Amino acid sequence: MTSGISYDVAHLLGAVVLLISFALLVEQRVIALISTFAAQGVVLSLAALWEGWSHNIHHLYLSAAIIFTVKAMIIPMTLNFLVGAMKVHHHETDPGLGVGGALAIGISLVVLSIVSIFPIAPAVTVLTKESLALAFSVLLHGMLMMVTRRNAISQLIGFMSIENGLLMAAIGVQGMPLAVEVSIAFTVLVAAFIFGIFIFGIRDRVETLDIHQLDLYRGERH
Amino acid sequence: MPTLSSVLLEILQLILMLVLAPLLVGWVRWLKARLLARRGPPILQPYRDFFRLCGKEVVMAHNASWLYRSAPYLVFVFVWTAAALVPTFTTDLALSPAFDLIAVVGLLGTARFMTALAGMDVGTSFGGIGSSREMLIAALAEPAMLMVIFILGIVVHSTALPDIANAMMSGTLGLRVSFAMALFAILLVAIAENGRIPIDNPATHLELTMVHEAMVLEYSGRHLALIEAAGMLRLTLYIALICSIFVSFGMATPGAGAGAILVGLALVPVKLAVGGAMVAIFETSIAKMRVFRYPEFLAMAFLMGLLGVILLYISRGW
Repeated sequence: MTSGISYDVAHLLGAVVLLISFALLVEQRVIALISTFAAQGVVLSLAALWEGWSHNIHHLYLSAAIIFTVKAMIIPMTLNFLVGAMKVHHHETDPGLGVGGALAIGISLVVLSIVSIFPIAPAVTVLTKESLALAFSVLLHGMLMMVTRRNAISQLIGFMSIENGLLMAAIGVQGMPLAVEVSIAFTVLVAAFIFGIFIFGIRDRVETLDIHQLDLYRGERH
Repeated sequence: MPTLSSVLLEILQLILMLVLAPLLVGWVRWLKARLLARRGPPILQPYRDFFRLCGKEVVMAHNASWLYRSAPYLVFVFVWTAAALVPTFTTDLALSPAFDLIAVVGLLGTARFMTALAGMDVGTSFGGIGSSREMLIAALAEPAMLMVIFILGIVVHSTALPDIANAMMSGTLGLRVSFAMALFAILLVAIAENGRIPIDNPATHLELTMVHEAMVLEYSGRHLALIEAAGMLRLTLYIALICSIFVSFGMATPGAGAGAILVGLALVPVKLAVGGAMVAIFETSIAKMRVFRYPEFLAMAFLMGLLGVILLYISRGW
């Protein structure tokens, strides 16, 4: 078992990212989701910074800077702009699963990711296994959020948090080239804008952000 | 066999908790008032209230049974006993080897059970609604508390409070993420169990929201004094419990000299004052929660505890 402060802090930051992804699952207000997502970005960039500092990997500083700029500033600001432009009300909610359901399924996903990561990665260190398991849980939570939410903006945030899980895995597993991270970050940034345009499109056509209304137009529901 | 010194320290602990509890509550009330830009009652006001209530006549409903009359004494004794088990200034207490953290929670649970029964005894609707809500909170808070006990038990290999405090003070456990989770969980549980602000407002008698006050609405005189004293002791107990687990520095260990005990004794009011200040600041910064949202609040505590346990298992690599 690895010990020492470096391990403990990395573990702590990983767990905080996971906790924030639980908060994303549970939070109902669309506006609050954006700030929660920004908080996840901040903690993730801190994790990258810590990993870079403790293992003396300099390119992780750049990763941390990219994560902070994109995840904690540009994307939340874009989303806030979207919300402002669509006149989403402060109390507009997107219930999702409810607290009980979100916690039950969320915990099961964490257990699933632990059970599935641990056997396939026997050779690597405990910390790598752990951060992989945490990252995989964050990723699965993002998917769960995309499946269960009805509002287009909260689905978008679910997508972004899937990508947070990917980045977390990239930070934890040493040796992922910076080029990959940079390209992921910018793909997501582009995706955010495309989503934004789509959301405007949905709103203009259907006059709501509730994507279940789209079923009516596809003829799947009457 | 408990030594003479540990028996003496135990008696000192009993007296200390009893003396400090009203002071702590007075301090929290005074600080809350100052934070709201009011002058606030003097810090010694809870003592005065206690003696005033003790001197007053007891008024009871005609249909009150023996249960209603005995509940305040039982509640007070249970909470006081539980308070005697939490190490505050020394881990060398005579009663501690006989009771562990689960027993402390059990004693508090019994006290709450008695309060709930007494609330329903006279048959007023407020008592009933208070008891029902109190049981809801208890049923949701206990699992979270159990998770905290699991985390500590797995790491320390003991549920006895002195062992936990000694292990924490030894500094070999490091900075574990599970402890952070446990700390969060126990803070939320403590807020719920003490009826502090997001769950219950201890300063109001607004019928729609009150929980604890609704149960004890019918009490008067020395009964009310005892119930209020038990409430103050419970708050002190929880702050002392959290301190003994997570900020346990400065406590005297078994075999330590008088100097170490004096240092421990001097640190107790400091720790309690800081804890009380945090309660006051937290309470002034947030609003009371709707009754229907209690499960969310306590589910969060349970989630923290469960995640702590799971992460503990990951970090051991199975």
